[in-house]
Amino acid sequence: MSQHTLHFKPAEGFRARSKAVVDNPFLRQSFRGAMDFLMSKRAAQFPDAGELASLRTLGESIRQYNLAKLPTLLEQLEANLTRNGIQVHWAETPEEANAIILGICQRIGAELMVKGKSMVSEEIELNHAAEAAGVAALESDMGEYIVQLADEKPSHIIMPAIHKTKEEIARLFADKVEGVDYTDNVDALIQIGRNVLRQKFLEADIGLSGVNFAVAETGTLCLVENEGNGRMCTTAPPVHIAITGIEKIVEKLEHVPPLLSLLTRSATGQNISTYFNMISSPRKPGEKDGPAEVHLVLLDNGRSQAYADEQLRKTLQCIRCGACMNHCPVYTRIGGHAYGTTYPGPIGKIISPHMLGLEATSSMATASSLCGACGEVCPVKIPIPELLMRLREEAFTAPHANPSMLGQGAGYSWLMTSVWKGWATVYRSPSLYAVATWLGSRLAWLMPAKQGAWTTVRVPLKPAPKRLRDMLRDRG
Amino acid sequence: MSARDRILNKLKAAPRQDKAVPDVAAWYATHRTPEDNAGKVQRFRQCIELAHAEVHAVTPADWLSTLREVLRSKGLDKILVSEETTHGCALLDEFPRQGVDCQVYDMAIEAWKTEMFNATPASLTAARAAIAETGTLILWPDAAEPRLMSLVPPVHIVLLDANRIYNTFYEAMHSEGWKDGLPTNALLVSGPSKTADIQQTLAYGAHGPKELVVLLLTEDAQ
Repeated sequence: MSQHTLHFKPAEGFRARSKAVVDNPFLRQSFRGAMDFLMSKRAAQFPDAGELASLRTLGESIRQYNLAKLPTLLEQLEANLTRNGIQVHWAETPEEANAIILGICQRIGAELMVKGKSMVSEEIELNHAAEAAGVAALESDMGEYIVQLADEKPSHIIMPAIHKTKEEIARLFADKVEGVDYTDNVDALIQIGRNVLRQKFLEADIGLSGVNFAVAETGTLCLVENEGNGRMCTTAPPVHIAITGIEKIVEKLEHVPPLLSLLTRSATGQNISTYFNMISSPRKPGEKDGPAEVHLVLLDNGRSQAYADEQLRKTLQCIRCGACMNHCPVYTRIGGHAYGTTYPGPIGKIISPHMLGLEATSSMATASSLCGACGEVCPVKIPIPELLMRLREEAFTAPHANPSMLGQGAGYSWLMTSVWKGWATVYRSPSLYAVATWLGSRLAWLMPAKQGAWTTVRVPLKPAPKRLRDMLRDRG
Repeated sequence: MSARDRILNKLKAAPRQDKAVPDVAAWYATHRTPEDNAGKVQRFRQCIELAHAEVHAVTPADWLSTLREVLRSKGLDKILVSEETTHGCALLDEFPRQGVDCQVYDMAIEAWKTEMFNATPASLTAARAAIAETGTLILWPDAAEPRLMSLVPPVHIVLLDANRIYNTFYEAMHSEGWKDGLPTNALLVSGPSKTADIQQTLAYGAHGPKELVVLLLTEDAQ
């Protein structure tokens, strides 16, 4: 079994993980190059600023409209999927979701599950649960296959193996794939993956996929992909299980084209992905292929907590394009693994606290320069910096009754709060400020030479011997 | 109480928000001027060729010979067709005489899955329509041309009527009333299978077809 922690505690070791990446020039160069590439590809897809602005406004209004009707739409989706022959399951927690999926595996005696790309399945750690239950769960997206071979987690939600060079992948394939010699030719590496996985698509008992959009009015599951592995997983095995967060719903089919356009252009700079798959039922009588059973697992895992608050609800607008990561100066420097969460980068910072609680994630909200790039590029206009400020407040103010978030006040410290309160008092009062600066300029010699993390890379902070106001007075 | 009820109860207890109905139609009405047929054909072709597909303009009179030439150029002498479609029957009438083995999808996949995966080098299906803006084929697999036909064979050849090209995805779904009846699996296909998961280097033939060939059918070859 894989050695990875099953339950994320991202706050533990966050600084150490970040430092390890910052100290590694190859990784830094790799992330910088990849993010520059993705940013320029996205920019090329939106040459018309007016079109981008109006499309973002439309995307935001579609997501907000559908979230406003979420409970009704979930019931409508369930009714229409059921009418179409798709079985719907509900899970409040990762454990419930895994139990549902593994229950289906056990009922049909499944030994091999091939998986299309699904961040929700990463969120519930399905691979571990499947392994423990004796079901082999094999990732079939090339990037996911690579990170699974390396016994790692994805470092980006769109490009899971973005942290790896082709030479590292070449060595990995030579070491882990039977009968493969070292080659760092990318086409050859892809063919190696293709050959291994084709056999698995043929043999698998179950195909698992995520969902990009679930359409309530038609009872349709939509999947965006380039490789064809999503189509393989949803077509070749006798049973298809889809899993999605409860927020991925749109009421109408006509809501899909603008969101699809925003998604593919923002994510990888493509005007459309190679495949857009719309699944509305299992195999019908007379049809010669397709799964006999299709299931959908609807997962909450903290989303209803975000939904309960009008401001935090905006978190659920996300269409998982990853543009916020690509444009984030913090993500670009520390990479996805440093976060220790399923969803890294800016979107990870605002959604992970709902999934894992603020006890585990309070440091996430502070790991941001609040430069605003994430909010500026978000195709559905999630105000990420504003939500980060809110999360800081939730994490660091004193615990109170009826908190709106799990772990509210987890980062609260009496000392830190007192220091900030004192600072605010001094800065609000001109006379106190004058006294404080006068004392500071006289007692500068008391400042220690070593000032914690600050002086590891900077000179010590020391008040100037003369205050600005004194210098101005001297000049007359 | 079930997980379903607990989740729905929590969502229903949340503050209600009134949000305006998004006007998707208005956005598409203003964002790009619709093109005439020639313009749509040109844009479609340009976009799908950029996505690495091979496009041949054909007419009802020469599409079979063009297809034969395509197969010859790729060294292929076997193709999967449907015996329940007009175009499939046209191949079945002609190609075996020319030494091309025309395989038919006449039984459920379980009976020949291994052969489908390991010994089916090419297939021919028809597209229902296409989208000019993104260079996208709209496939509507059915009992005659099942889902795996357009996915498993390494070379996928698609016959597209050039009169069936829409400006946008929205226009296609709206004009054809998709919301009132989607098939088991409707598909948009915009090129051969690809990936850039290894060091952002684009490679074709990830899991689906390595090559996508479009026979663009017009009355007169363009």
